[in-house]
Amino acid sequence: MLLAEQLPVIIVTVAMFCGFTILLAGYLNKKSAFWISLLANIVFFALSILTLRHVLAVGPIKYWQGGWRPPWGIEYVVDAMNAYLLVILFFIVILIEIYSKRNVEKEIEARKHPTFYALIQLMVAGLAGITVTGDLFNMFVWLEIASLTAYALIAVAGGRALRASYNYVIMGSIGAVFYIFGVGWIYAATGTLNMADMRILLPVVYDSRLVQMAFAFIVVGIMIKAYIFPLHFWQPDAYTYAPSSVSAMIASIHGKVMIYILIRLVYSVFTLDFIRYYIGLDLIICWVAAAGILAGSVFAIKQRNVKRMLAYSSVSQFGYILLGIGLSPLSPWGLVGVVAHILNHAVMKGCLFLAAGSFIHQEGKWDIRSFEGLSKRMPWASGAFAIAAISMIGIPPTAGFASKLFLILASLDAAQYPFVVILLLSGLLNLVYFWRVIDRMYFVRHEEPTEGGNEGTRRLPISMTAPMMVLAALCIILGIFWLTDIPMPLINQILSDLSTGGRL
Amino acid sequence: MTGGGAIPEKRMAGRDVIIETISRLILPFILLFGFYVMIGTEGTGGGFQGGTILAAGFILYITVFGAKRGREMIPESVNTFFESFGLYLYNGSGLLCIIFSMGAVQFLNYPGIWPVTDLVGVAGSRAWIIAFMVEVGIGLTVMAAFISQYFDLAWKDEEEEMVVRKE
Repeated sequence: MLLAEQLPVIIVTVAMFCGFTILLAGYLNKKSAFWISLLANIVFFALSILTLRHVLAVGPIKYWQGGWRPPWGIEYVVDAMNAYLLVILFFIVILIEIYSKRNVEKEIEARKHPTFYALIQLMVAGLAGITVTGDLFNMFVWLEIASLTAYALIAVAGGRALRASYNYVIMGSIGAVFYIFGVGWIYAATGTLNMADMRILLPVVYDSRLVQMAFAFIVVGIMIKAYIFPLHFWQPDAYTYAPSSVSAMIASIHGKVMIYILIRLVYSVFTLDFIRYYIGLDLIICWVAAAGILAGSVFAIKQRNVKRMLAYSSVSQFGYILLGIGLSPLSPWGLVGVVAHILNHAVMKGCLFLAAGSFIHQEGKWDIRSFEGLSKRMPWASGAFAIAAISMIGIPPTAGFASKLFLILASLDAAQYPFVVILLLSGLLNLVYFWRVIDRMYFVRHEEPTEGGNEGTRRLPISMTAPMMVLAALCIILGIFWLTDIPMPLINQILSDLSTGGRL
Repeated sequence: MTGGGAIPEKRMAGRDVIIETISRLILPFILLFGFYVMIGTEGTGGGFQGGTILAAGFILYITVFGAKRGREMIPESVNTFFESFGLYLYNGSGLLCIIFSMGAVQFLNYPGIWPVTDLVGVAGSRAWIIAFMVEVGIGLTVMAAFISQYFDLAWKDEEEEMVVRKE
């Protein structure tokens, strides 16, 4: 057994280990919590890059937990898609954690710091676990670890966040129940929980109502967890009242991993044939996604709170990913759009939330109408916000343009022209609600109240500016990156692993 | 930790000598039984149940002698230690397999811990490590988690009470 094949499991288990170590170390020294967590995540990032390299060079990693053969034991499978997601996960976590140090010191009282970082570390362990597992029940366990920690992280600020978190607990639990019902019924129909095994056994029972209902239940459960449009209503509150770094982390990676579950189920457990020919759900998924894209944007337009606006914008952006999934049986470009948008949205939304968080951190301003002259006082943060917002709108040299382009190509390729119109319209709506903010920040004249001398103390700390700038730079770099040939080996590998059942 | 609120003091007034004596007598047996369930069969299973029984023993103590004395016996730091220590045992037993075999066997593949395998054979090493590391680990974590939850329900820190009053 190659040492590289141990990496995914080491990442997941050592992340668990670190979570509890932080809790213990917090009793000795409250400051150590942040450093342990950051150091661990940097190591995991390096390991996940090694994993991706191994997967691209050698092929999928199939890891039998405890040495038991797959249909009986739990199997961890890492193919190109998982490894790609793992790298994104740890990259974003590192940046947000660097940002969170000063932000958390201000937003959360000191006695909660070790618990906060322990929860973040456990959430990351849960998300990494969802990503690497090849077993549906094991996925449920990791899903619950990731969700429970997310509930706690949202509630950590207290006050109104408690109510938002409570809503999330109820909705998230309902989602988990739907998921586990679905898994139970598939288990009843096939007698296995292993994804690769299930893929072999399922075609015989595709006609069974039980399996079709199981699919519907799982999709609805994941739609609640990933706040896809009609089931998103717990999400804006949770994002608005959570600490800024938590909102950024949950918006940019938690939701992505939830969507990954859906992708994995659609491609690797149920096949595209099942979606298309047995239940005819592909176009329905597309229309649900289209409704989400438009509704999310329309809701975002009328928000005053910048974080709530970004939350609704997330609802709209997850519609893009779902649209890609729905179009993928008809056109390979759909999946390319999904793969690109997972990374692009993580970067863009992470950057936006970090910038919005820094406005709140520095000046306590969350109301968009009070943003006048912000570009003068916080040029770096507003610059990052503007670049990410332009990227969200989808203006050419940015990341958002690339994913929109792929999705439009997919709709054209699939001859589903209404979606082209919807995507363009959504770009326009994005322009409406983001331009409102940029206009306030840059172009509205604002008389600076003259204050003496304390300019130096009011500058944003470098540990908060740097992650934002990295993400803002990535918005542009990725926009060019996706249009070149460089990511082609990765995309090809992901496409072949997913659509030809690379897990087998 | 100092007790806030009026919860423990009122109960302390109504102490009952029969209940105190009997629970003091019965407590060691409950704990012993908990450990028996945890590791008694030298095999899989029983960690969660054993941990629950251990927690029940401590919860009996806390109920009878009051939350304040219970807190003195099991402060939150001890609880946290046991929670983490239990996970270290379980998770560590899996990682030890990788470390001892220099990455040759998988996580949780217990015969990979060769010193134990040399001693008691392949099947024996599975049974022993599961009984003495994994089950004890699960048991301690469950125990600490239950006690901690019980305190959360029975007890409020002073600062939390301040928050409650303010709202």
